[in-house]
Amino acid sequence: MNLLQKIEQAEVARLTEGRAVPDFSPGDTLRVNVKVVEGTRERVQAYEGVCIARKNAGLNSSFTVRKISYGEGVERVFPLYSPRIDSIEVVRKGDVRRAKLYYLRGLRGKAARISERTTGRGTGRDEAAE
Amino acid sequence: MLRSGLIAQKVGMTRVFTDEGEHVPVTVLRIDDVQVVAQRTVEADGYSAVQLGAGKIKTKNVTKPMRGHFAKAKVEPKRKVVEFRVDPQGLIEVGAELSAAHFVPGQFVDVTGTTIGKGFAGAMKRWNFGGLRATHGVSVSHRSHGSTGNRQDPGKTFKNKKMAGHLGVEQVTTQNLKVVRIDEDQGLILVKGSVPGHEGAWVMVRDAVKRPAPKDLNLPFPAALKASAPSGDAPAADAQEG
Repeated sequence: MNLLQKIEQAEVARLTEGRAVPDFSPGDTLRVNVKVVEGTRERVQAYEGVCIARKNAGLNSSFTVRKISYGEGVERVFPLYSPRIDSIEVVRKGDVRRAKLYYLRGLRGKAARISERTTGRGTGRDEAAE
Repeated sequence: MLRSGLIAQKVGMTRVFTDEGEHVPVTVLRIDDVQVVAQRTVEADGYSAVQLGAGKIKTKNVTKPMRGHFAKAKVEPKRKVVEFRVDPQGLIEVGAELSAAHFVPGQFVDVTGTTIGKGFAGAMKRWNFGGLRATHGVSVSHRSHGSTGNRQDPGKTFKNKKMAGHLGVEQVTTQNLKVVRIDEDQGLILVKGSVPGHEGAWVMVRDAVKRPAPKDLNLPFPAALKASAPSGDAPAADAQEG
């Protein structure tokens, strides 16, 4: 591991201290609690939607969350280790067959649904089977 | 007070996050065995400076005159040797090893290095010319420069006309880079923004000429030394007396 990777790893360790990143993947419905500054005071605002992409690149990791807000599609890209993120909650696991769900952008309503994943990693079912 | 700079090696770029959540693009510079190799004094040389050496090199690859020079200073042979002008009271004793704590987070520095070579570059890349049009009859010369001068009078192209030619591999100083973080144990300096040169290149880091550090930062003078001493103050005081 070169020096730069060591520095980035140390930075990740520093940022995840006290804020563990949950295990989630594209297709999952997430609630991202974002710290927002209003004037002088700071509060936490929730942003809930479907994770349609995730970039795993160490410190530079990010994920994209898409939701429909007042009939308009909204996407936000969050740096995974940003200190502005208070916490990430996985609301629902999704069953998808792609890593990037950009096809959801062209779909609306019923067609844009993702069925829930009840087996496999992170659901607790596979541990029971083993 | 003019203090010495440091020789550093460019490691590469990454990013760090501030507590407020802002991300800062930083260049990582590594301080690698930086020691004072010689002093230049007003009495002997007519000016005062410290000669620093950095990096390791096999003794068999060092010329005999340089071997003698390092032996006189009782330091290991250094790969890179650079002089830094300092005030006469800012001289550092020969053999002292400087640490990354020489610079303090929040201060500004100037970083000098040799830029990455671009080879023979056209006028668009080298001088940011606009080139010619994509259509309207332009053929073959879309990226060429335009006119290079007048007609029979003066009948020549003036010297220093910006044209295609060699780009890069020149000494460039990037001024006013903010020091974001210091890692004294690993000998790292993180400065905001980019620095000339490729990864692994030697660069010179000095206090910013145009942005003096605020008094309350207490920059170590004449230098922060890597020694058995717990803080930078004690060896600095010794050096001042010596």
